[in-house]
Amino acid sequence: MEDTIRTILAEYGHLPVEVDKIRDDDDLFQAGMTSHASVNVMLALEDEFGIEFPEAMLHKSTFESVAAIRNALGDLIDS
Amino acid sequence: MYLVLGEPDQMSMGTAIRVGADVVAIHQVAESIDQFGTRYLERVYTAHELSSCGGAPATRTASLAARFAAKEATIKVLRPRGHQPDWRSLEVRRDPDGWCTMALTGHAAALADQAGIGELAVSLTHEGDVAAAVVVALCQSEDESVGQSGSGTPLVLDVFGRKG
Repeated sequence: MEDTIRTILAEYGHLPVEVDKIRDDDDLFQAGMTSHASVNVMLALEDEFGIEFPEAMLHKSTFESVAAIRNALGDLIDS
Repeated sequence: MYLVLGEPDQMSMGTAIRVGADVVAIHQVAESIDQFGTRYLERVYTAHELSSCGGAPATRTASLAARFAAKEATIKVLRPRGHQPDWRSLEVRRDPDGWCTMALTGHAAALADQAGIGELAVSLTHEGDVAAAVVVALCQSEDESVGQSGSGTPLVLDVFGRKG
């Protein structure tokens, strides 16, 4: 799952740094991901994992790090 | 950057101005439309926003990018802790004469209520690959203690933060 998240971040996150250099807990918004890019990341994750992020999960914190995205996906896939 | 208005005895709750600004790269909105199509459009923009952004594809994309900037600028004004408002609860309404206003619903409206925001003013622009928006809110709230001196007499600051 983590590799897929990183692939999506590399393609849709518009990060000014290489995704490989981002640690699991690094703040993606601090690293340069914009709110608009986070929408694309969300939609790409939905396509890839066949899920839909409910409004209740639309916290900035849901997409703030690789670890946070992994946890959110885990919750959605398990439910 | 706060401006306190009115007589001291009228200022027990404080009146403050909040400003939010944001810029969006127009080509990134074009990419989102290409990549995700209707899902992107309907997840982010309201039916009114989609119908009020017309014209040639490039013009429409620039208008949508400016609206996204306005939504993000409004979030900066609302200062949510945790749960972010749905993008569609922050709507740019276009007047037939051309100017725009912000209309809030749901969680966004609740956040505005909490902050004592009665009115939002918005200005949109785009040039080249950049779309931008500025949102200004007038707040009246017990939480807004800034701009008041210890004696209860409000400090009057101009927009550059100098005492007036």
